[in-house]
Amino acid sequence: MNLLIKNGRVIDPSQGIDDMLDVVVEKGVVKEVGKGLKAPAGAETIDAAGKYVVPGLVDMHVHLRDPGLEYKEDIVSGTRAAAAGGFTSVACMPNTKPVIDNKAVANYIIAKARAEGFANVFPIGSITYGSHGERLAEMGELKESGCVAVSDDGKPVVNSELMRRALEYARGMGILVISHAEDLALVGEGVMNEGFTSTELGLKGIPSAGEDIATARDVMLAEYTSSPLHIAHVSTRGAVRIIREAKARGVKVTCETAPHYFSLTDDAVRGYNTNAKMNPPLREADDVAAIKEGLKDGTIDTIATDHAPHHIDEKDVEFNVALNGIVGLETSLPLSLKLVEEKVLTLSQLIEKMAGNPARILGIGRGTLKAGAVADITVIDPAVEWTVTGEGLASKSKNSPWLGEQMKGGAAYTILGGKVVFKRQ
Amino acid sequence: MGFKHKDIIALRDLTKEDIELLISTAESMREINSRDIKKVPTLRGKTIINLFYESSTRTRTSFEIAAKRLSADTVNISPSTSSATKGETLADTALNLLAMKPDIIVMRHAVSGSHYFLSKKIPCSIINAGDGAHEHPSQGLLDMLTIKDKFGRLDGLKVAIVGDITHSRVARSDIQGLTKMGSHVFLAGPPTMVPPGVEKLGNVTVCPTMKEAIQDADVVIMLRIQQERQGKTLMPNAREYSRYFGLNPENLKLAKPDAMVMHPGPINRGVEMSSYVVDGDQSHILKQVENGVAVRMAMLYHVCGGELAE
Amino acid sequence: MATEGTVILDGAGVKRALTRIAHEILEKNKGVGGLVLVGIRTGGVHLAHELADRLAEIEGEKVPVGAVDITLYRDDIKGHAEHLPVGKTEIPFTLEGRIVVLVDDVLYTGRTIRAAMDALMDHGRPTSIQLAVLVDRGHRELPIRADFVGRNVPTSRTENIQVMFDAINKPTDVVLQK
Repeated sequence: MNLLIKNGRVIDPSQGIDDMLDVVVEKGVVKEVGKGLKAPAGAETIDAAGKYVVPGLVDMHVHLRDPGLEYKEDIVSGTRAAAAGGFTSVACMPNTKPVIDNKAVANYIIAKARAEGFANVFPIGSITYGSHGERLAEMGELKESGCVAVSDDGKPVVNSELMRRALEYARGMGILVISHAEDLALVGEGVMNEGFTSTELGLKGIPSAGEDIATARDVMLAEYTSSPLHIAHVSTRGAVRIIREAKARGVKVTCETAPHYFSLTDDAVRGYNTNAKMNPPLREADDVAAIKEGLKDGTIDTIATDHAPHHIDEKDVEFNVALNGIVGLETSLPLSLKLVEEKVLTLSQLIEKMAGNPARILGIGRGTLKAGAVADITVIDPAVEWTVTGEGLASKSKNSPWLGEQMKGGAAYTILGGKVVFKRQ
Repeated sequence: MGFKHKDIIALRDLTKEDIELLISTAESMREINSRDIKKVPTLRGKTIINLFYESSTRTRTSFEIAAKRLSADTVNISPSTSSATKGETLADTALNLLAMKPDIIVMRHAVSGSHYFLSKKIPCSIINAGDGAHEHPSQGLLDMLTIKDKFGRLDGLKVAIVGDITHSRVARSDIQGLTKMGSHVFLAGPPTMVPPGVEKLGNVTVCPTMKEAIQDADVVIMLRIQQERQGKTLMPNAREYSRYFGLNPENLKLAKPDAMVMHPGPINRGVEMSSYVVDGDQSHILKQVENGVAVRMAMLYHVCGGELAE
Repeated sequence: MATEGTVILDGAGVKRALTRIAHEILEKNKGVGGLVLVGIRTGGVHLAHELADRLAEIEGEKVPVGAVDITLYRDDIKGHAEHLPVGKTEIPFTLEGRIVVLVDDVLYTGRTIRAAMDALMDHGRPTSIQLAVLVDRGHRELPIRADFVGRNVPTSRTENIQVMFDAINKPTDVVLQK
């Protein structure tokens, strides 16, 4: 597991590096980043000319569906998709069957990922037992068994008192709470964003106020309890504004958005496209602009995919019947690189949001190329052009709104602990 | 000129010329309905399946009569909602029906857009008899035919649509069709029942009160208010609804003296419309029903037009 | 409308032919009693009105004129890439006990006449149906024969016969197109 990656443009925001440098990996850890480095004994050499060499990307919000829903995805296929997308670490949400609300499930995931996976998997435990929203899960044990955060993702903690106590209790246990911010009463039977498109298509709308209100509640509870809070999948201009103001007040809140929220609007639903059905729903152009603004000014800390694989039988149905969510691990990098092209972010800022920041939020010690760090490295080919196809996706599920579309940029090599786990053909 | 669509799912998908052709064909079809022998051999040997996932005596009967007057064979299928949710998917049901070689499937379904979903799966023609809150194109066409019967045109008319716009597929088809044909549509309803951005669908004005919508209107279309919405979040009750959004002889005077009144049915007498208006001289409600058959004959005739020219 | 082709019957010729047909109708039916004219859309309708005018000139009595659109009765309906617009059928009088003279401009395969007769039968039971055409170009595919013919014109199947009308639907001339 010795490597020399030479001639690449090394970008490591954790060290303020953005230069044409070489990287030497020995025994699975980064030994040195510098100019004109020599290959260590028995090292494989990767020529990264024309490519970016960055800390392995971290996706803090994926659904691996394992255990229990392996017909959609499992830890092997999901981490293979992660590797193909340039991700060396993923944090998986607890809405599996059974829910990650105990040590046994957390241990299973960690063990299976270590044995068979193509990426580091960090489980996220549930906030409440069974994610039923009724009583707190054993967060202390979850943390001890390797969970890096807690969340009832997929649904909000409806009871405000319970959410308040969750924030307080989690703070005591030193584990982060991730909020799925959604006011279920306002969502009602909605199936897409409420706006002109829902009016024209005659589909029940989900008002953006539903996300804003839930975000505001959880931000206020975090402020009141002085607890850290992370808001998942921010999609509205209102939520961005609320988080921006909270950060300015010193609230310990971080947040993520997903590539689809800065790449698509609810126009993508036209034709009743179930691969454009997700929760939160795709919003409007003003929201997309606000998400980009939030990324630019630092309100939004990280880009996470909310990778949500679903079987074709769950998507190839009438719109209302289709399940929410899309796969995202393999399209995140090219879609995010567009932000650099559009000058929303510098390349260094983008890498920070896709590696350093999520690693820091979760406290997993990744996302850096400092000497001595685990050699999780992604070599990005910014120029490679490829087409998204069902067969081409490593994920078991093919529910992507970009099927058939051309992408620019992607992982050339994904290196996990000094070992190449993905190489673009 | 000619009708180039395999399916009729939404008036949004049709051009002004398509709509003109369907209305003109319907006008010709009407003659058949006035004969002793109300039948022409045009669609002899064609099989039409009426697949109704929501019950509707009126629309289903109208489509069935239309098909029979064109000599097509019809089969009515009404999968009960419970068996549909328990068992077979819509796609499987449709593929099974397709194996019986129908030429047209006329479908009503509670999910908006399900006809587009079906259209991608099966090659036979699909006619939308109502999908969720999306569209009800045959109702839109028969409304336009009924209006044209009275005024000889659709261009330049002021048409008021009053009621629950948000949940109304009739309103959407009327808006799509009428604005394409040059009418100006005025909407009124409690703001809880007016969907966002509806004014962007065409030449549409959303009015703050019913009075402003029907003032000097040539046509007043009243929508059915779903009784089951009473007492929930959209309105207090039928009594108050009727007071502010019901049509009665008094407020009908605000419209033009020869204004016509329409309703897609079934009517809640005394809620959205007073019986004096329903049964009054200005009511064209039964004309609408009569025109429904002719319009549906025209739709069946044109979608049955054989292979599309590439 | 400029159409290339040979004029086989000019305006005067058309007029003479229609006058002769009018006389033949009267002779065969011994007057206009119980007589109605039904033209096949569109050319036949114009000619039916012409014939009604001739009959009125001769007999001093206007016979009822109707119009039949045969689109819905065509036997080649599957062959069209898209369905033809449907014209209006207007027969605002009963056919029961009447002698119907069906009027068309050109008699060719006979299929249009078959369709028109089916349409008429659906409107009632006339005593008899007679057929008047301005031009008979042959090539019958059904056992149908005209009772009154303006002009017999032998043609080949590749040729086309067109009866031209002016802006007020008066027949001008008959053109043979190769």
